[in-house]
Amino acid sequence: MQQTLAASAAPSLPTGERRKASSFGDKLFEWLCRGAGILVLLTLGAIIVTLFIGALPAFERYGLPFIWSTEWNPVEDHREAYGGAVAIFGTIVSAILAIVFAVPIAFGIAFYLTELAPSWLKRPVGTAIELLAAVPSIIYGMWGLFVVVPFVQMNIQLTFGEALAALPLIGFIFETTNFAGTSLFTASLVLAIMILPFIAATMRDVFEQVPPVYKESAYGVGATRWEVVSGVVIPYTRISVVGGIMLGLGRALGETMAVTFVIGNANRMPASIFDASTTIASVVAMEFPESLAGSLKQSALFALGFLLFVISFVVLAASRWLLRSRLK
Amino acid sequence: MALGMREAVAQQVTITGAGASFPRPVYERWGTQAREAAGIQLNYQSIGSGGGINQITNRTVDFGASDAPLPAEQLRERNLLQFPTVMGSVVLIVNLPGVQDNALRLTPELVTDIFLGKITRWNDTRIAETNRDIRIPNLPISIAYRADASGTTFTFTTYLSRVSTEWQQGPGAGTSVRWPVGNGARGNEGVANAVRNTPGAIGYTENAYATVNRLITTQLRNKSGRFVRPVMETFQAAAAQADWSRPGFAADLIDLNGENVWPIVTPTFILLPTNPVADRVAGSRNSMRFFDWAFRSGAQAATSLEYIPLPSSVHDAIRAAWAEQVRGPNGERLWPISG
Repeated sequence: MQQTLAASAAPSLPTGERRKASSFGDKLFEWLCRGAGILVLLTLGAIIVTLFIGALPAFERYGLPFIWSTEWNPVEDHREAYGGAVAIFGTIVSAILAIVFAVPIAFGIAFYLTELAPSWLKRPVGTAIELLAAVPSIIYGMWGLFVVVPFVQMNIQLTFGEALAALPLIGFIFETTNFAGTSLFTASLVLAIMILPFIAATMRDVFEQVPPVYKESAYGVGATRWEVVSGVVIPYTRISVVGGIMLGLGRALGETMAVTFVIGNANRMPASIFDASTTIASVVAMEFPESLAGSLKQSALFALGFLLFVISFVVLAASRWLLRSRLK
Repeated sequence: MALGMREAVAQQVTITGAGASFPRPVYERWGTQAREAAGIQLNYQSIGSGGGINQITNRTVDFGASDAPLPAEQLRERNLLQFPTVMGSVVLIVNLPGVQDNALRLTPELVTDIFLGKITRWNDTRIAETNRDIRIPNLPISIAYRADASGTTFTFTTYLSRVSTEWQQGPGAGTSVRWPVGNGARGNEGVANAVRNTPGAIGYTENAYATVNRLITTQLRNKSGRFVRPVMETFQAAAAQADWSRPGFAADLIDLNGENVWPIVTPTFILLPTNPVADRVAGSRNSMRFFDWAFRSGAQAATSLEYIPLPSSVHDAIRAAWAEQVRGPNGERLWPISG
């Protein structure tokens, strides 16, 4: 189709000098675009290199154990020691918990929008979800601090806390002496709401790509809605769904302001999901302004930033790889 | 008349400073007043003491501001002159339903053990012993501290290190430390909010912030064994004992002796290049003019924000230091300003 259009347009091309001029314009445009593309790569490379150079003194001082050392003591004397384990643990656990909370709801939304909702409702609900994705994270942070924190404190911790802690085997993950309401759990809850629209939108898009003939065949042999979704839609879209979840995970890992407001910012290994914790992004945001240029502390913060970059990069690369068939 | 006004506008100069957030309210107030009174427009960015030190070391601003004094050798290395501007204090804030403002009495031992996590409930017998006359609700203690590195934390942890060897050898003193228990919140407002939201919470904040927001503060037992309230009178009693003769005017007002002394008071400092480069000479000179104006006319603004002005003898010593140490590119004195 496109080829025939191009062929039919060819005879009307300007001749002589004007063609020359336009070929110069084409070249210029081509190189400008190429430059823009290269600029992105250069920027990315420059960020990695800057982070790594900044982190070098900390990596040289602590080596690989930086990653699993829980010691983080910025007091500048013999006590000074930096290890990233608490922040890395907090980052990964809060993001994974957020996924655990968000995925079932996102699945419900996507399922509703593609299979159940009347067509006049699909667009408004879909738009509402996309709008949620556009809310600035500071708003989620404030809302989290003023609404979710007291809610977790009063309606979850004080109401169910003891019952949860009494559960056999898994009780210890709910047992805490921290009643401030700011905790790993609260942070995960706020993060879950933040990443929900991304996951829900991806799921809806990939669910819609299931060829109708597959679903109709399943309905035709008497399958129920649930059987169609679990037997046809999910197997068909499984990999893309996981890719969408990974995109949400990527966002959760790097979120800073909203998390800082509600996680409790404690550089201690949490024993329970109701304990205060911290994430890489919060530690960097909180500590960076007071770190002296060239100090070991600043270097340790660069090192954490570098590790966050690596973690996010791996997650994003994994999601791209899983989504590759859908992104073509 | 019109001509005079035009001249005044023409003389308007701008200086830039960056650093500590602890004295931000008073610097901003001075800035507003000095624009009219002295023709100096102050652009102050409260990016934190560490950031202030970085920026003045790189000479990207006219002056830096730090809550913690820099050691003398660091001042020499970075070619900086350090001088104090005002003093401020740190207070404890609590959320205990039924307990009035400044009613709860705390001893240094109680404060340390609470922040070490050794006392976990408000009905602890040791708290009850010092507070026989008030009813304290039986609540778990929630601790709120500054999550962002800050001068307020430096001052408070310096106090804890001074009154407790266990704290000194444990978490120690710094702009951020390894807190054994509690939750971190961002900024004075974050700590205040965390305390307000959680019954049974205790935190610390800069006094000016606590006063403006009418937070419930506590009494504290000072080194002389007296319980004192965090009010202007007890801050001034501490300020009166300061020893300003130390290098860089680094007076230490933490846990001083004296019956009426509030034990957590600290000066806050300005850092000025001793060797400003040619295009920064005007900025340095105007910074000195600004603080000279503030020393002469800014006391009332400082007091109304609950900061404690310096005694005039210290002002004179600071002006003498400007004259002695701050030199232009050709070795000329930049203070006093001639003509």
